[in-house]
This record gives sequence, C-alpha cells and structure tokens, in this order.
Amino acid sequence: MNDSLTIGDKTFSSRLFTGTGKFSSSTIMREALLASESELITVALKRVDIANENDDILSHLNHSRIHLLPNTSGVRTAKEAVFAAQLSREALETNWVKLEIHPDPKYLLPDPIETLKAAEELVKQGFIVMPYIHADPVLCKRLEDAGVQCVMPLGAPIGSNKGLKTEDFLEIIIDQSNVPVIVDAGIGAPSHAAYAMELGADAVLVNTAIAVSKNPVAMANAFRLAVIAGRMAYNAKLAPIKQTAEASSPLTSFLNV
Amino acid sequence: MSSFTSLFNNQDWNTIVADIYSKTSVDVETALHNKKRSLEDFKALISPAAKPYLEQMAQLSNALTKKRFGNTMQMFAPMYLSNECQNICTYCGFSLTNKIPRRTLTDAEILKEAHFLKNKGYNHILLVTGEANKIVGVEYIKKAIKLLNKEFANITIEVQPLDQNEYELLVENGLYAVLVYQETYHKEEYKKHHPKGKKSNFEYRLETPDRLGKAGVHKIGLGALFGLEDWRADSFYTALHLQYLQKTYWQTKYSISFPRLRPHSGGLEPKVIMEDADLAQLICAYRLLDEDIELSISTRESETFRNNIINLGITSISAESKTNPGGYVVEPQSLEQFEISDERSTEAIAAMLREKGFEVVWKDWETFSLV
Repeated sequence: MNDSLTIGDKTFSSRLFTGTGKFSSSTIMREALLASESELITVALKRVDIANENDDILSHLNHSRIHLLPNTSGVRTAKEAVFAAQLSREALETNWVKLEIHPDPKYLLPDPIETLKAAEELVKQGFIVMPYIHADPVLCKRLEDAGVQCVMPLGAPIGSNKGLKTEDFLEIIIDQSNVPVIVDAGIGAPSHAAYAMELGADAVLVNTAIAVSKNPVAMANAFRLAVIAGRMAYNAKLAPIKQTAEASSPLTSFLNV
Repeated sequence: MSSFTSLFNNQDWNTIVADIYSKTSVDVETALHNKKRSLEDFKALISPAAKPYLEQMAQLSNALTKKRFGNTMQMFAPMYLSNECQNICTYCGFSLTNKIPRRTLTDAEILKEAHFLKNKGYNHILLVTGEANKIVGVEYIKKAIKLLNKEFANITIEVQPLDQNEYELLVENGLYAVLVYQETYHKEEYKKHHPKGKKSNFEYRLETPDRLGKAGVHKIGLGALFGLEDWRADSFYTALHLQYLQKTYWQTKYSISFPRLRPHSGGLEPKVIMEDADLAQLICAYRLLDEDIELSISTRESETFRNNIINLGITSISAESKTNPGGYVVEPQSLEQFEISDERSTEAIAAMLREKGFEVVWKDWETFSLV
C-alpha cells in the first residue's frame, strides 16, 4: 500500500521529520539524520551563515533525499517572520518555511496571534507555510482557512521530552483537520512518536531526543522504526480499549440473545 | 514606573547572609529533590552546606544543560573600543585616576579589529567601552554597531548604562544584547568602590535592566563582580534580580556572567576570595534554579578551570580575548583593563571543545528586523 504523505508540491515516504539543533558535531548530525531516513529536515535560519557558501550545517545536509525546511526561530513578530521567510527563500531557494514565532525566549511558546498574521501574509506571498503552534484546535482551523499546508501543534514544551501532554487537544485537531497534522515538540522517546502516529498524526518532528541521546544514530533509527510502527498500527485500526473483560453479559444473559 | 528598586529595598543584606549560612544538609537535599526550584532552594545550593553535594549538583547541571542546549557551545569575542573613563572604580584598570594612555578606536581601526575577529570565525561580538559620555556616548556606540552589523550576526555591548530611549535607538540599529553588572548589591560597599563619576549612582545602575527590558533589548546579561563582597549574598541578589526581570520582561532572554576580580594596573586586592570550587558550585546552582538561563565564562579564568567548567552548565565562552582597545591588531601593546588568564588561541579553544564533544557554534542569530 502506498502510504506516502503529500504536503504542498512534495511527497514524502518517511513520516519522521527532524531538526538540526543540539548535535555534538555536524558529522554526527548528518549520520543520525541519514539513519532516520527523514526527508524533511528543519534548520534555523539564524544558525546558518548564508553569506558563506561552505556553511558547516548546510554542507552537511547536502543529500538528494533531504529537503530543507528553514525555520524562523528567533523572530518575535509577524513582521520579522515574514522578513525571515523572504530572506530564506532568497538564500536557500525554497518557498517552504516552518513558521515559528516565539516571543518568549524561556519556554519558546508560540504566539498564536502573530503566527496567524504571518501565515496569512506568507500564504499570499506564495510560501508553503508549516506553522508551529499550541495544540489549539480553533487556531488550527483558522490557519487552515488562511491556506497553510499543514499544522504543527506541540505535544509538550519544546525540548522537554515529556511526550504528548496535549493529547486531548491533538485528538480534536486530528479529527477536524483537512491538512496534515504534524506533532512537533515534546516528543522525547520513540514510544511517544509511535503513540502520536497511532492517534492519527500524519507525521512527527523530533530533534532534541535524537540529538541529545548518547547515541544519536541508534536513536534516530529507533525513531524511524517507531514512526513506521505507529503508522502501521493506525492504518491497521487498533482494537478498541476495554475497561472490563467481556466474558459474559451478566445483566442481559436472561434474554438469550 | 515599576522597577527592581522597590523589591530590592524590601531585602536586607545581613538577613540574607544569615539565611544562606544557616542552610543545612536537609535544605540542600530538599532543593536537589525538588523538580522546580525556588530562590530559597538557590540559597541552599549556594550555601556552605551544599559543598559535599557538589558532584551531585554537577551531574544534574550537566544533564539539564544538555537537555536544553544540547552538545553545543556558543563562541564570542570581546572588542574593546575605548579605555576613556570618567568613573573611579577601585578595581578597574581604566579608572579615571589611573595614569594610562587613553585611546578610542576610529572607524577604520574598528573595522581592522573586526576583520581580525571575523577571520577567526567569530559572528557574535561584545563591544566594550568605559564611561565617557562626550567621547563614547550613544552616538559613538550607534556608529560602531552600524559599522559592524553587516559583518557580525550578533552584537552585544558592555558600556555605560544608558537611558531607555538611547537603548531603543541602538536596538533599531542592530543591537542584540547588553551586559550590565551591578558589581555588588551591597549599597555601602558599592559606594566605596565607585566614589566618583556617573557610576557612583547605585540606583541608576540597579534600574538599568528595567530600562533595557522596556526598550526591548533581546538579551540582558547580569552578574556581580566577585571579590568585592560576600559572593553568596551578591549571587542571591542577582538571582532575585533575574527572576524579577523574567517575570516583568518576559520577551527578553537573560544570561549570567561570573567575573572574578583579576589583577590589573593599580590593582585592588579582593576582599573576599572566591575559590574555584565556589564558582563551580555557583554555576551549578544557577542551572538547577533555571534550566534555560545562558551561563557564560570568560578568559579571566584559567585553562584548567575552563576545560572542566564547560561540562557544568556553561553555554557560552570567549577565547583569545584582548581587554585593551585595539588589542588584536591596531595597538596590541596598550594597557589592558585586566589580565586574562587563559591565553590560548581561538583555534585551540575550538579544538578543545570539539575534543570534549561540543559542537562549536559561531552563529546563532540573525537580525530579521533590519531592513
């Protein structure tokens, strides 16, 4: 069965998206990202020296399978985000952008108002917009109306490795969404990733849990397998969860039905 | 207008000292055990009672830092623009009464120094001047930032405290961060060490981070100069200041630096000695208090100390620093503000970091607001 994921003009066979931060070296980053078989990899524009042709991060991401997803990390307003996206389109020759507006530098929580404003403008300017947001179902619908190509609600505070703390809201978002739902942030273990996929997320984005692991390459592989397993389980339809055993029907057995 | 002063005025130095020194191993263990740590926990973690727990603190600090910052270390270099100063600071090489040749870099000289640092790989720089409003006032600093923001992704200043509108002007022109250390939060001691010049105004300095927060500066760097007073009390005040600022100016990032008094021309002997183990304890305590705070270590510290402290919570480091205007290329022989201790080259520091499993980060900022 062809179970690929299409976003904008691209089709992905891997549903594991990854990031480039926090690795101990660019070499290890490359090895881990290749082991993950991820095809969409986000990179913070602020970390890239676009004036430098031999930028260390970019040169290590040069691979036919890898599509770069520049992100606007560091911006605080819609205006700055639009400017960052334009800069990245020019420098990295891609109209894809992961829209991240977190005016709060401590918990890096996304600003819903500025994000919606920026998304509206970027869609008009022809960008494929992937917004990082709270697990807010209404905001997801508003962004969908604005024309974004997917939504990226958080599972837990970024970098926290706490798993799907927003599960109840993610379920509503998945249920309602007409665009792919990618669970971003907070996924700290392959089991979290598998669980997100079982819930029906279209993809997950994982960075810290791979980069900070003692063995990033092995961990990337573990996440790759977990995402495949979770998606397979989702497609196969999980058996419903039962609170009690169903050996007999004590209240209705007298009916002999 | 609200400011830190009212909170500060509710504190009493002696009570805080007594409090910190009365902490017991039970307080320390409670602090270590807590998931979210309070300022009371911080007092326990910087207290003498926490000494036996240093290894445990270090391991926790290392793990928390890795989780938040990964295996990375941000590199930066200071660039001294001027040693002109109208202040008397008893501990500083640039103090008004020190008979040293005074020098302020011209545009061409600034660019020469910049070129040297850029070639070394630096993309984050720290511009430093003394306090001499007529020579290195806000216009001079603005000009320097404008000269340099095409070359460098991230510009921080450590200059005289300015007014809010002056900071706003600098932010518009590409300023990222401002470092402003209170030196000591002990008001009477502060007056002794800063008898003359604008810096003698304790309150104006104390309220500088408030003005920075209001002006929308991206990052504010705090610290105390260790050696002037009890480092534990000064650190408690710094942490109090930090938490007040984080709550009030929530869009701003914060960093802490740990300057220990170093020898310089006409030098002052430290009143209080802060040992290496004390500084290590303090750095771990900050990380246990705040997972996200940036912690910075300079070349004031020795090679051995720096090689090891980077695993205990530090997130940014300078290398090959010169603390004299023009020190890199223009006039290497001029007099330093203070002696640096770790004299290794940038390349040697980067190699050491890589060898210890850190990715050396040269660039982690882009000013998207400048059109």
